Formats: sequence, C-alpha cells, structure tokens
Amino acid sequence: MARKPKLQETEKGTVLFNVDPIIIKDHYEVDYIHSYAQDSPFFRGLAEGRLLGSRCPSCDYTYGTPRAHCMRCGDKTEWVDLPLEGRVHTYTTCYFGGEEFLEETPFHLILVEFDGVDTLFLSRLIGVEPGEIEIGMRVRAKFRRLSQFKVTDVYFVPA
Amino acid sequence: MRDVYIVAAGITKFARARPKADFRYMVKEAFDYAMRDVPKLKPEMIDGSVCSYFSDHFTRQLMAGIMAQDYLGLCSKPSKRVEGGGASGGLCLQTAYDAVASGRMEVCVAYGFETMSRVTTWKGNEFIALASDTNFDYPVGGFYTGYYAMMVRRHMYEFGTTVEQMALVSVKNHGNALHNPWAQYPMKLTVDDVRSAPMVADPLTRLDICVMSDGAAVCVLASEDAAREITDKPIKISGVGTGTDTMRLADRPHDEVILLPHENPEDYRGLKYPGVHSFRAGRVAAKMAYEMAGIRDPLRELDFIELYDAYTSSEIQTYEDLGLCRYGEGGKFIQEGYPRMDGDIPVNPSGGLLACGHPIGATGLMQAAFAFWQLQGTIGKHFSGDDTLQVPDARRGLVHSHAGTGTCITVTILERGF
Repeated sequence: MARKPKLQETEKGTVLFNVDPIIIKDHYEVDYIHSYAQDSPFFRGLAEGRLLGSRCPSCDYTYGTPRAHCMRCGDKTEWVDLPLEGRVHTYTTCYFGGEEFLEETPFHLILVEFDGVDTLFLSRLIGVEPGEIEIGMRVRAKFRRLSQFKVTDVYFVPA
Repeated sequence: MRDVYIVAAGITKFARARPKADFRYMVKEAFDYAMRDVPKLKPEMIDGSVCSYFSDHFTRQLMAGIMAQDYLGLCSKPSKRVEGGGASGGLCLQTAYDAVASGRMEVCVAYGFETMSRVTTWKGNEFIALASDTNFDYPVGGFYTGYYAMMVRRHMYEFGTTVEQMALVSVKNHGNALHNPWAQYPMKLTVDDVRSAPMVADPLTRLDICVMSDGAAVCVLASEDAAREITDKPIKISGVGTGTDTMRLADRPHDEVILLPHENPEDYRGLKYPGVHSFRAGRVAAKMAYEMAGIRDPLRELDFIELYDAYTSSEIQTYEDLGLCRYGEGGKFIQEGYPRMDGDIPVNPSGGLLACGHPIGATGLMQAAFAFWQLQGTIGKHFSGDDTLQVPDARRGLVHSHAGTGTCITVTILERGF
C-alpha cells in the first residue's frame, strides 16, 4: 500500500488580531530556577522576623540593603540586624505600574533610612492614605506570617 | 587616538506602533536616509557597524543585531551589539567612535532600534522595570515612573523644586516638537494641562513622562580623511564621557559633590551627594567629556543640548549634573527660561524624548542625529523645510544618553568640523 503521509489535524489555532499586516498572539512563558545565592540569609531572616543588612569590617560602612562585598573597599561584609524602625527618606504613590503590579495600585513605595546605617532600603508602606506620607516620618517594619521568600515579606507601617 | 566625525544620520518617524515594518526594515529605512544624504559614501567604504537595542524581551529574537546587519547587506563586515539600558544608543555612538578613533575602522555605522509595540504598555513597563535589581527592587512594585517619582520627591525636599517647574519642561519640549516632523507627540500645552493629566506616580503625571515607541536611528562615523571625502559638512566628536552608578537607588552614596571647573566646594556645603536626588553618573560623564573637549563653563561654551528627558524631572536634574546651573537650581533654570529656544542655551530643541518618543536602543542615536543636523545647519532640510528649531550659528552641542535610575550615562560633545 502506498504511504500517504499527513499531519494530524489539530484545533490548536492562532489568535489573530489583524490581517494587514498579520498580527498574531505569540505566547511565551518561563519558570526560572532562581537562587538567591549569597543573599539567601537576608530572605531567611525575613521569615524569622529579622531585617538583615551588612557591615564592612574594614571600613565600617553599613548597608541597609545587603551585599556580600563592600563597594567601597572590596572586603567581604558581615551580616548585621537592622533596626526595625526607620524614617521615610523619600516616597511616592503609584497609580499605575508594571502589569504584574497593576492590580495592587494605588500603592506607596518608600526608601527607608535607619540610624547608623549608610544606605537605604526600598519597601512598601501601608496603612496611610495618599497625601499622608512625609519625608522624615517614622515607620516600623512588619513581616508576613506566611513567608513567600520575597523581599516583600517585609513591609512598613507608620511607627 | 585620532579625530572622529559624524558624516551622516537618519531616523524613522517614531510611532507607538509600526506593525508594517519590523526592526530590520526600520533600521534599513534610517540607514537609507543617511546614505542618500551623502552619495559619495559607497557601501564598500563601510568597514563595520555597532548595533544597540535595549531589551531581548521586546525583541524576543536573540542576535537581532546581526539580523539587521544581514538585512542592510553589511555581512560579512564586523558588527557587535552594545547594551546599556536607556543609554544603549549613546553607548552605540561612543563604541563606533572607539572603532574609528582606534584606527580599526575608517567608516563605522552606528544603528539602533526598539520595537516596544510588541507588548501592551503595562507589560512594557514591566519589561523596563526588569532593569532594576530583581531580588530587591523589582518585586516591591517594579515601575520606573515610581523610581523617578521618589528621586524627584527628594529633589523637591532638598532644593524646593516645584511640580510647576517640572511642567514647564513638558510645555517646552512638546511645544518645540510642533516644528519637528519626526516627533511622535508634538503638543501645545499649558502648565495646567500637565498638572491636570492623570497622576501616574505622585508627583509625575502622564504629561511628565515620555511614551513608548517603535523606531530606529543611524549615525555614520568616519575618520578625518574619510569624512573629508564623504561630506563638506562633517561634525567632529570632540568629547566623550561615560559614568555609572549603583543599580539600586538604595545604595547611592551620600558623599560630596564631584565638582566641575567652574564650581566651588562652598557652593555645596552640607549637601549629601548624589543621594537619590542627583545623577552622579551624569556628572562623571560630563566632567570627562568637558575635559576632553576643553570646556570649562558649559553654559557659555555650548550652543544647545539634546538630553535624556524621559521624565520632566530628569531634565531638571540633568541641567545640574551638566553644570548648566548649580545643584538645586534646576527648577529655577527652567523657570527663568534659560533652556527655551529663545533662552541662553536651548535644551532639547527637537522636543526630546517627551515629544519625539523613546524607542530605547534608537534614542541616543536619534538625539545625535538631531544634534548633527543642528551643527550642520541643515535642520530645515531635514525637517520638511521648517527651520524654526535651527539654533542660529550652532557650533558646539552636547548629547546626553541615560539609563536606569541614572545607572549608566553618556555625554558626547559635537562640534562643527567645517
């Protein structure tokens, strides 16, 4: 019998937006296998209700967002507990956002400054209305009870 | 190092979407525009190229630079892609400069593009936000307008800058673009229009922010010998500078101001620098380019500037980084009219990113193209006969390209070479 090769029929169609030019939907998705690597203790700390920064033993520079090596002198840093209270260094209220965060709008972003710490920490502030935030306002860290092992496991509220 | 000149430039008209042309076709369109301007430049005289596009996410085609090279018919000449976020176009120009200055090439084409219409605006904002630290910054609410809003909020706190001063930048740039046929969104606006536009991230409204675009831009660079052969209106690149800063805003130091020759330490007593209110990378890039070009007082020694105004706030911050006024005086600088077309130093005569659009990998080259035409005195020729935006007797200009939250910044000085 003569062979008659033929592709299987499929109903897996294409979403078509336009025909001149032809514009189609081209789906793309990926799950990364992401290691926090040297930053891992920070994320473990959040699950334990600790906010970890780093300090350089050589030059004493203290980081409000941790890094394993000092950007000033290049030495390896040590982990330090940051105070759980700080002040708003600057802020904004976002009414729009990247697609992933659009549903959460409006939300408040703040950079937090801590006494005795040289650099800042980016976080969300909740429990205030737009217009109630001020630079210098005291804020306190809170932690999610059920950790997601994301930097958003910590957030801030007015102190 | 030898002298390097720009001999030709071309751009596409930027648009929110160019569905009938892909990135290769757009680069070809801009390339052909440049080539038509200098008939003495034959394709065989081109030694190689540099390509810039920002995001593999927008393009979803790896090695797209070589695909453009292929489409232009420039294979098998050397080519490479450079990438540095929003400064990709500026870096592309400077990398082409390096190729010619080093003697490796006589003629080098710098081309760049971005096709941002391939996703929705909010997905596009998500892609752009991936140019922030994905461990510590992005997950908090990755949104560049939010980052710039925080920076300018601190600028307002430190220096008393007002939202009305920011709005004046939008009025100026959209207004200039009324005479630029290449611009995506020319508009006659008032300060009230800007302030009553929808709030995006407080204090930045929709009209304080640039748009997303599809587009391409090309500059052709040549050695002095090649330039004299190709055109009687070559423009010399007399200064190049590049600076960088920490990826995370949170990590910016609070040190002392890096001074330009016309500034004094007493100007800045007690000011913590750069903090999140100023762009250290822009100051470093400017200082380097000024030293190379022999500029000591930029306000007096430059005739115009094309700078990175993705936000009205970043234009004000950049006046200061470039030393057009002291740190803290940027708001007053626009209020007093210095950067207007009729002011001391027109800034963004083209309309800037706010009005022309911002197809990221093309933007820095678009700015260079506008500056090139200004110095040639050919704005009328390239702007459909309208020479309203021609800066009279422009002899020296500055192009400023900027990435991230001020993470990588290039400053390039161009001078009339004829």
